[in-house]
Amino acid sequence: MPNVTYISHKGETHTVNVPVGTSVMEGAVKNGIDGIVAECGGACMCATCHVYVDPAFLEKLPPIGEEQEEMLGVTAAERKPNSRLSCQIEMKPILEGLIVRMPERQV
Amino acid sequence: MGAGVVILGAGQAGLETAAALRMQGYQEPVTLIGEELHLPYQRPPLSKDYLAGKMAADSLPLRAPVYFENHHIELRLGERAAAIDRKAHQVKLASGEAVLYEKLVLALGSRNRPLQVKGAESILYLRTVDEADRLKQRIADAREIAVIGGGFIGLEIAAVARALGKPVTVVEVRQRLMARAVAGVLSDFFLNLHRGRGVQVLLSTTIAEVHSGGVLLQNGGSHSADLVLAGIGVLPNAELARHAGLAVGNGIVVNEFLRTEDPAIYAIGDCADHPNSFAGGRCRLESVQNAVDQAKCVARGIAGNPTPYRDVPWFWTDQFDLRFQMAGISPGHDSFVIRGSIENLKFSVFYFKAGRLLAVDSVSRFGDHVAARKLLASGTPLTPEQAADESFDLKKLATAQSAA
Repeated sequence: MPNVTYISHKGETHTVNVPVGTSVMEGAVKNGIDGIVAECGGACMCATCHVYVDPAFLEKLPPIGEEQEEMLGVTAAERKPNSRLSCQIEMKPILEGLIVRMPERQV
Repeated sequence: MGAGVVILGAGQAGLETAAALRMQGYQEPVTLIGEELHLPYQRPPLSKDYLAGKMAADSLPLRAPVYFENHHIELRLGERAAAIDRKAHQVKLASGEAVLYEKLVLALGSRNRPLQVKGAESILYLRTVDEADRLKQRIADAREIAVIGGGFIGLEIAAVARALGKPVTVVEVRQRLMARAVAGVLSDFFLNLHRGRGVQVLLSTTIAEVHSGGVLLQNGGSHSADLVLAGIGVLPNAELARHAGLAVGNGIVVNEFLRTEDPAIYAIGDCADHPNSFAGGRCRLESVQNAVDQAKCVARGIAGNPTPYRDVPWFWTDQFDLRFQMAGISPGHDSFVIRGSIENLKFSVFYFKAGRLLAVDSVSRFGDHVAARKLLASGTPLTPEQAADESFDLKKLATAQSAA
């Protein structure tokens, strides 16, 4: 299972296994990692699972879909070029070692 | 330390109240009491991806066990509240135990409205994960399925079962689908969608009886089915409040701060009859948005920062491969316009009342939905002509207003 490192806004680091086929959002929720809220449970309706993806991994991610693009327009924290909704990042072997940083706020 | 907050109901509204209290920095005890034995979980997937077998059971919980430990939330599952003693500030559990509260949040949810016909005991319903597991198995084994009720739940289940290759018939008592929630143009669109995918839809049709071989209709017809499911709306769980002497209308009556007439007791989520400016009066909403935003509103109030509940209602449903999103509350509209193309399966319906935007329903028009939430939140004027004109930049108008 690939590892994902979640870095909180305050700099706390958690590295956990996230099974292939599940999302980076689920990896945080199932491991009790604060900073990713996911009010809608991963339906791409709420923009509360916003993360900043480490630039080294950006090219390995699929393109941002139309739905995610719109929801990234309503995140509570600033949208940056490496902003993604973590419910829309499905784990794949190529993402081994993925690093995501969590914004100051999700709501 | 005092008795803190006791939350009755460990669905999404209850869970989010506990989480929001901690987020607000609330330091007193928080106790979350739920009847089901499962960790608080998401309900929307139960009639969508979970039922379709595309989502695992371990993805349903809203939080992991460690979350409750880390945030000092006492989670008590498998416990039912039997009564509220308002004078003593305590909840009596069915087990006989009394739990003291300083503030009590009723997040009791709703239950399925039962269909009252002969043979009703064989009808399945869907609300809990246990019911979803049973339904999933029954769908797998079924030869023919009858779904009673052409609302969101019924249509979602019909779509899942049909996508699994099962013959499905939807029986709706009204003249059109989702009649309570959407305009006729959308009812027709979803009727065509379902029929196009092979779902048989019977409108204006009432069930007279359910039996082992299927259903009898009031018009004398019959329909064979070895699985009969009903999704005909819900009833709010308001009895505890009523027995405690609290006002109950279409749910537990609360004010704009979601507080009952008892200053120590709040009610939120499916069970709360609350004033809602988007509905033009009091209403009860059954949705993730309402559960989450009302939870946050109550948490702010309890943590000493009360603000009225003013969040824009939004909903979604997935049927086959289409995403249908709603913002605002459309009943009460006097006109509507279409933006986009119904033929291309990408369009929105903008509803107006006396020229004011009331709600927007979108089929695969994500930008319209997000813009609608912003426009409704800010009260930005939008004319029907602008809404219908695809060259008019909706996003720009919405963004300009929300930034201002």
